Amino acid sequence: MAEQFTVHDPRGFPPKVTGKRLAPRLQSLDGKVVYLVDCLFDNSEVFMNQLLDWFGEHLPAVDARIIKPRQSWVDDPEMRAKVEADGNAAILGVGL
Amino acid sequence: MPTVAVHTDKFARLVTATLLANGMPTARQAYVPQPVVGRTAAQLRAYVEGTDPVSRRPFMQEVIEGLCRPLDDKDLKGVSFERSTPRLLAPDSEENLQKLFIDNSWTDFLPVTLPTEERVDRMLKGTSHAPDEVVGRLSPTAFRESWEFTVEKVAVNAVMAGCRPEYLPVVLALAASGQTARSSSTTSFATLALVNGPIRGEIGMNSGIGVLGPFNHANTTIGRAYNLLSQNLQGGSVPGDTYMGSLGNWYNYSAAFPEAEERSPWQPFHVQKGFKTEDSVVSVFFGGRYTLAGFGPRQTWQQEFRRAFAACEQHLAPLIVMDPICARGFVDLGFDTKEKLIAWFADHARLSAREYWDNQWIQTLLRPLAVAGVEPHASRLKAAPDEMIQIYEPGDISIAVAGGETQGAWRMFGGWHMKSVSIDEWR
Repeated sequence: MAEQFTVHDPRGFPPKVTGKRLAPRLQSLDGKVVYLVDCLFDNSEVFMNQLLDWFGEHLPAVDARIIKPRQSWVDDPEMRAKVEADGNAAILGVGL
Repeated sequence: MPTVAVHTDKFARLVTATLLANGMPTARQAYVPQPVVGRTAAQLRAYVEGTDPVSRRPFMQEVIEGLCRPLDDKDLKGVSFERSTPRLLAPDSEENLQKLFIDNSWTDFLPVTLPTEERVDRMLKGTSHAPDEVVGRLSPTAFRESWEFTVEKVAVNAVMAGCRPEYLPVVLALAASGQTARSSSTTSFATLALVNGPIRGEIGMNSGIGVLGPFNHANTTIGRAYNLLSQNLQGGSVPGDTYMGSLGNWYNYSAAFPEAEERSPWQPFHVQKGFKTEDSVVSVFFGGRYTLAGFGPRQTWQQEFRRAFAACEQHLAPLIVMDPICARGFVDLGFDTKEKLIAWFADHARLSAREYWDNQWIQTLLRPLAVAGVEPHASRLKAAPDEMIQIYEPGDISIAVAGGETQGAWRMFGGWHMKSVSIDEWR
């Protein structure tokens, strides 16, 4: 039998995972304000405009609005507050 | 508020892992094909009207159901669990343990020194700090979970890299920097480490011939330890999960070097950053995704450096490593401090506004600031397309002197100076 060695585990210590519940869903998007949050990646604006047009053509009863944070990859509390105050749902996208 | 996040399909595994780590694995997602960058409006419209490449269902159906499908028990509970990693692994043969380390992506696929208890104990003699002292936290990106680690865990990785105990304070300082050497960014970063101060001589680092190559035990194993500890202490560096660099980066094997302070005509880098000459310090430079080289300064040095800066990525300023012959040549031209030469570089590092703004990361990260009126970005955005605009501020560019004086060579590496950390505090 080959010699046995006891060695250390080289990994760090992961944090505890704490469960979070999802927010309640809507029964329908009709008459609701849906914010399309442009994350500001290169060309995401073009994608979001296409998404906006799709809602206009296929679900005109949805009030879809594009909104942008001030910076890419940086939290924008003012934008989030506006989405929360005025909106009923949000679609976030899209990178790369 | 109900939300759906839209991603490109290459990130599906990463998204799944991130959701689990955040306790909400059922959060609603929708996917479009990669890439979005460079696609026309018509092509992106086809993404919207097409099929989600992950679920194989219509993309807009995923989006709308994500906002409207009633929640089930899993959605309401999320998941909670404790995780940990053991201190020691089950005893096994050397061959099986080497295979285990490779299978678990704990190596750089070169053989490692197995971290036996005896070897780790010996490594720990390189510092006065207690094995269970928390050194810090690391994550593959700012938006991933951070893993915590102790002095002992750093020592384990230093053993694996082949370090000697006297190198451990340098490795601990690198770990304490909080800057990973294994960023998961799609842009394939590496982190370069520059060592200054007396410890360079104490541990036998090489700042001479072949300084940037595999010709010195301390240089090589310290750089390797920084990469191994980054991947293992942050929760991995596994393609598709915790590493997304499209091309990868050879500097992720090892990239550490000392400055040739005694042969440099200029102030050492760490003194530029406010430390004393007698302090031992390691500085980390995040970048490494381009390299340029040249010689000089000769008669046409100004043109040469203008060309070089124009070839650098405009979003990532360089760390310039100069052989002492090259550095002294610049002193002869009147640049008697690094700061004076950096000021010239910053003033002459220029691109047309058209070229400057036609960059994915300039568009993503700096254009929003320019639109918001933040300088100097706003002025650069106002420039006419053919106007040659300055691309770096002086504070963006770094210079270090190293090399064997067999050539008046210089090299540029993409490298933002992120942090300089005291090594002495980890002795």
